[in-house]
Amino acid sequence: MHTDSPIIETEHLTRRFGDFTAVDNISFDVARGEIFGFLGANGAGKTTAIKMLIGLLLPTSGTASVAGYDVFTQPEQIKRNIGYMSQNFSLYNDLTVAENIQFYGGIYGLRDDEIARKTGELLELLQLTGVRDRLIRDLPVGWKQKLAFSTAIIHEPKIVFLDEPTGGVDPVTRRQFWDMIYEAAERGTTVFVTTHYMDEAEYCNRVSIMVNGKISALDTPAGLKTQLKASDMNEVFVKLARGGGGV
Amino acid sequence: MRAFMGFIRKEFYHIFRDRRTMAILFLMPLLQLILFGYAIRNELNEADVAILDHSKDSVTRNITDKLLSSGHFKLAADLEQESEIGQAFQQGVARNVIVFEPLFEQKLRSDGQADIQIITDASDPMMAQMLEGYTTSIIQNYQQTELEESGSLAAGITPEVRMLYNPELRSSNMFVPGLIAFILMLVCAFMTSITLSREKETGTMEVLLASPLRPMQIIIGKVLPYLALSLINIISVLIVATVLFDVPFRGSYGLFFGLSVLFIMTALALGVRISVTAKDQQTAMMMSLGSLLFPTVFLSGFIFPIENMPAILQYISHAVPAKWYLISLRGIMLKGVGIEYLWMETLILFGMMVFLILVSIRSFKIRLE
Repeated sequence: MHTDSPIIETEHLTRRFGDFTAVDNISFDVARGEIFGFLGANGAGKTTAIKMLIGLLLPTSGTASVAGYDVFTQPEQIKRNIGYMSQNFSLYNDLTVAENIQFYGGIYGLRDDEIARKTGELLELLQLTGVRDRLIRDLPVGWKQKLAFSTAIIHEPKIVFLDEPTGGVDPVTRRQFWDMIYEAAERGTTVFVTTHYMDEAEYCNRVSIMVNGKISALDTPAGLKTQLKASDMNEVFVKLARGGGGV
Repeated sequence: MRAFMGFIRKEFYHIFRDRRTMAILFLMPLLQLILFGYAIRNELNEADVAILDHSKDSVTRNITDKLLSSGHFKLAADLEQESEIGQAFQQGVARNVIVFEPLFEQKLRSDGQADIQIITDASDPMMAQMLEGYTTSIIQNYQQTELEESGSLAAGITPEVRMLYNPELRSSNMFVPGLIAFILMLVCAFMTSITLSREKETGTMEVLLASPLRPMQIIIGKVLPYLALSLINIISVLIVATVLFDVPFRGSYGLFFGLSVLFIMTALALGVRISVTAKDQQTAMMMSLGSLLFPTVFLSGFIFPIENMPAILQYISHAVPAKWYLISLRGIMLKGVGIEYLWMETLILFGMMVFLILVSIRSFKIRLE
């Protein structure tokens, strides 16, 4: 299904902070257009791994490339080809809906006419036209989340990194949010998403599970369930986390 | 560049939409200026004085007139005998009693010397010192201008005391330069550290760092609005100070703004450095308060003279940028001196600025690795 060369490639990627090894020798590929779930308990090393991939943190050893660029030497090029949404939804509360869209369009390098067009499109798509001049702080959390995702992909990046994008959101809104993720993937954007909701892992094409800085399993959700003789992803996760070993 | 301009516009939205920020930026400086100007005067203003004149001749009357017309003193009582002095103090009628000895003028003319006793209520020692100082200087002034010119008193007997540059001893002349330093520290270091740590707290900093904006652009975009606003602040404080309080400006505006920019950059670098360490706004606030604002108020010579401090504090004060800025501002504004006298202060400020900018850039980079 995915023909091209991988869009993310890592080999023996390692990051140490002093004596502590946050990310320990991980190797994996992500294919173009894939929805890749990056799972793990808090402190398992997910955030450190993401920071290395988006050029915010230098690896201690190993190699990695994102969108064809090397994380050691070409972080600026990487940043031009990715979108990033942090777990706090990363919108400015004291700016209006439209101002937030314009701001993010601007820092991702869109021209003024592109920003104007995109702003109109997004507002319509998200049905936010009526509140375009309202401050973000007055919006319900579900709207903020959708808007944050839309601004993260406003420049149509090759990959979007979503760090715990569904925290604190009700199940219905989460479901709608995943619909947006699917639409983005259909348009060709690779989605790299961390979550600790195991039901969401089912929505991913492939899932990697990190335990103590290592990738202890990587497969399709169905594959993982078969290997571990588990009925759902939650069970998969519990078995892996308890055992701490690989598959 | 377009991205950068958008960034700066966003920063102004933050500033103009936050009532607290606006208050700190625009209300507080003016409030402080007016407070310092009117309320916290450490100059003498119509202090109650009682006179016990045993002589009642033309010289004593002249001296009394001088005292009372200075505006610093107000006649509270004319005393008749020594026993009333204690009463005047106890009843709080007077804070200062001046006693002329009998046959004052006669003695002055025959012996070239006559005694005036200045008794002050030293239960407030600061006040007593001021009363003494003002009284003495008015009397000496009288001695020089009136008596010496008429040739009736031998010259060279009394030591010459003159209050240079601020002959009226107006405290506004003293505090306005200090206030400018304080406001710049507040606007630049304090506000910058808060606005940067807010981005960290809300998680937007990560998104900015993951965007094509370069870290340098983020820092500059964050601090540039505060640089602009602080310049506006200085100008408005200067205008109010000259119009409302007659504070003189004798030196060069070019040098003044040049040094101010050095000091502003130093403060901005400090703000950036603090925001790197502080994980949230609260911490940034406490850190700037303790490490920047307190030294700027207490160890710069703004309120307390550095010369009177214990040696250890004097050494520490060398590391306070505001001290050097303050010396320069007083030199420029009150004495009208130029770079030829202020080159050392300028050099020190420049050195501090370069050092702190390097340190803050380095620490910001470390965070990224």
